[in-house]
Amino acid sequence: MQLDSKCPQGPIETRWDRHQFSLKLVNPANKRKHTIIMVGTGLAGGSAAATLAELGYNVKCFCFQDSPRRAHSIAAQGGINAAKNYHNDGDSVYRLFYDTVKGGDFRARESNVYRLAQISLNIIDQCVAQGVPFAREYSGYLDNRSFGGAQVSRTFYARGQTGQQLLLGAYQALERQIGTGQVAMFPRTEMLDLIVIDGRARGIVTRNLITGEVASHLADTVVLGTGGYGNVYYLSTNAKGSNATAIWRAYKRGALFANPCFTQIHPTCIPVSGEYQSKLTLMSESLRNDGRVWVPLKKGDTRPPSQIPEAERDYYLERRYPSFGNLVPRDVASRNSKVVCDEGRGVGETGLAVYLDFRDAIQRLGRHVIEERYGNLFEMYERITGEDPYQGPMRIYPAIHYTMGGLWVDYNLMTTIPGLYAIGEANFSDHGANRLGASALMQGLADGYFVLPNTINDYIASTKLEKVDGSHGAVAEAEASVQATTRRLLEAKGTRSVDSFHRELGKLMWEHCGMSRTAEGLKLALGSIGELREQYWREVKVLGTDEGLNQSLEKAGRVADFFELAELMCLDALERNESCGGHFREEYQTPEGEAARDDEHFSYAAAWGFRGVGNAPELHKEDLTFEYVHPTQRSYK
Amino acid sequence: MRITLHIWRQENAAAKGRMVRYEVPNVNEHMSFLEMLDVLNEELIAKGEEPVAFDHDCREGICGMCGAMVNGVAHGPLAATTLCQLHMRHFKDGDTLYIEPWRARAFPVVKDLVVDRSAFDRLIAAGGFIGVSTGSAPDGNAVLVPKEKADLAMDAAACIGCGACVAMCPNASASLFMGAKIAHLGLLPQGDAERDQRVVAMVAQANAELFGSCTNMAECEAVCPKGIKIEVIARMNRDFLGAKWSGRGTAKE
Repeated sequence: MQLDSKCPQGPIETRWDRHQFSLKLVNPANKRKHTIIMVGTGLAGGSAAATLAELGYNVKCFCFQDSPRRAHSIAAQGGINAAKNYHNDGDSVYRLFYDTVKGGDFRARESNVYRLAQISLNIIDQCVAQGVPFAREYSGYLDNRSFGGAQVSRTFYARGQTGQQLLLGAYQALERQIGTGQVAMFPRTEMLDLIVIDGRARGIVTRNLITGEVASHLADTVVLGTGGYGNVYYLSTNAKGSNATAIWRAYKRGALFANPCFTQIHPTCIPVSGEYQSKLTLMSESLRNDGRVWVPLKKGDTRPPSQIPEAERDYYLERRYPSFGNLVPRDVASRNSKVVCDEGRGVGETGLAVYLDFRDAIQRLGRHVIEERYGNLFEMYERITGEDPYQGPMRIYPAIHYTMGGLWVDYNLMTTIPGLYAIGEANFSDHGANRLGASALMQGLADGYFVLPNTINDYIASTKLEKVDGSHGAVAEAEASVQATTRRLLEAKGTRSVDSFHRELGKLMWEHCGMSRTAEGLKLALGSIGELREQYWREVKVLGTDEGLNQSLEKAGRVADFFELAELMCLDALERNESCGGHFREEYQTPEGEAARDDEHFSYAAAWGFRGVGNAPELHKEDLTFEYVHPTQRSYK
Repeated sequence: MRITLHIWRQENAAAKGRMVRYEVPNVNEHMSFLEMLDVLNEELIAKGEEPVAFDHDCREGICGMCGAMVNGVAHGPLAATTLCQLHMRHFKDGDTLYIEPWRARAFPVVKDLVVDRSAFDRLIAAGGFIGVSTGSAPDGNAVLVPKEKADLAMDAAACIGCGACVAMCPNASASLFMGAKIAHLGLLPQGDAERDQRVVAMVAQANAELFGSCTNMAECEAVCPKGIKIEVIARMNRDFLGAKWSGRGTAKE
């Protein structure tokens, strides 16, 4: 398959404008004749559903939680980037574009990233108008802070709850459309398959999580805004329900999956405390504005932090990266934490943690300033660990946080299945091999408010969409396939719980496809995952029935998909014989231990096509060319 | 430590529920409350009994999905804490805990500890928004918002929609939830234009959902995991009276 990104050519500054003008429109009276299915209600899905309904489309919107407001975007803490240059510190659309392409280690499309940086301006305006209570200066103007990978202050925030506030803005816009009847909302309803008719995405098969009823919904197009797949690792900062099922079933119906091995490991999370651990909690990157990261200089130094004198502390990020210091990008910060812990200089009971220390900031600014900036994060830390971070440093360790990979989409955000779109974290498009902090919220809202509503018209206007109904063979086939999977899970009647398998899979992935990877480890993992997957179908124990609420059954289906996805991730990581961004192959590093890219051989997006469970998928390559930001060894020194 | 649990088990909305006693012998003090329930559920599965259904998602106190009554208190004994952020170090070896779902006519039980809170969504759909369509916004700094007002709006906007306020209220009133939204949007210049119709529509919807009225018991404030103050209810009442007195904001036909 020849991948056509449909990226416009010519000067990058005007590509999006010219592209929009070239797209066909649907006139307002005709929009109401079309139905769009939206799966997921996070920043991307919620904002898209609301906006498409405002435009006049009929929208059917689905989420597995009890309310669209629960989507995991709600947990984003630190902020959202926008190139407003309100601080006159040299920011511009071009600089945000540049930082994002470089931050992504030259594995993203320039055209997409430039558009993202342009749209960042409109997002802030839209959110302010919706009543998002962004932080303000005393003068009433919007306030900003800094995030990793940038030397300007361009991050807008609402205390440590920016994601929550942005999501509530989108949710309220969505509820307004639900109130008018333009959106039909289906909460506690999970998408379990995609219906493809005559090569086009025409609907989905869902399971009502309360009644267990399996049903089909048909439409003109289907949009997936179902988030990332970090929960493959079992322990991650994702919500417990976050899953890959929607995008995975779309992959199995023919959508290509791009760069699955590009996962982001967030450097500042609360360390694991025991075997019962069910998830990991992030401490916002914004903390690195004022917190200093350090470990003891000596190996095995077990003194409490307050008794380690200044001269015996190693502020290793400030030492190694003097110009970015504690604000190096996430991949760099995480890898360095691993290095010092591997050297035996980690702290805490397990030795798998480093200090994030606010002592100096509290002395410099006073406790009240720190409280105002990070109060809720400090409180959260105290709740979870029982320790007071105003008195001593936090202990932090990297954890899986975000997935840059996802369904392959073109410039219009359409996947390789015509009529199927993927937006937000569910697609692969804008962050390359590493996402910068405060850019996930930006991308989710850019896709949902501004990109998709302007590109989807073109498909609807230029495609002859025959009327389809439930009697079509493809509908019955998809429903039967969903029911067969459910039956198979319930009838396995094995001896092990879903969670026990998921934990084991997670450990394998963290060990071999986590912060650093080797060809040998990946091959080992591929073998083990395949065996575990087969064992899963034989020995999993799911109690209860498919009639009514059955949370074990829901999990069981998602974990089954995680097994297959995990194999694809390892395969992709094995295939990519270079290090870039979050993908660090130990065999490929510079003498200083930084990621060594191989642009000659790997300057492409790897888009994988499904060829049956257990069979090798087919690799398609989309070559990446850089006309504006020339690939260099990424340096934050 | 060893904890004895009495948990409400109810097969579905129509079934009759009952309290069932369970022992959890190996509770670690660093576990969260929900992790303790995970451990119990794993044991139940091993024994071939159906696990306890409970709602949860982010497990970091922000999604608002979790919640249960623990010894009669919504989200348990620790102030300003959701159930997922409540850790077992706050309990003692040998404690007995009674765990029940939210109880309110507007929140029917779905199964075990899971309730249906969709009435909250309908309250927001009735008027809990600013009616701005995508694309029509002026520059973010075009309308200034004094810091004090932005901070107060943020205090109210911190609501996570968990429903603890309703569960704890003797009248099952949704006043704290509604007041928080009305205060959040009404304090900002952007939300001022729809203040009257917002409060009138939301109050009408609350009555239709069979939420009770507020009688100033302040139980809601005591259990709110985000520390939202009952001042927001006063603000809602003032907006409501102003709108009704002047005849502004009556539902559009």
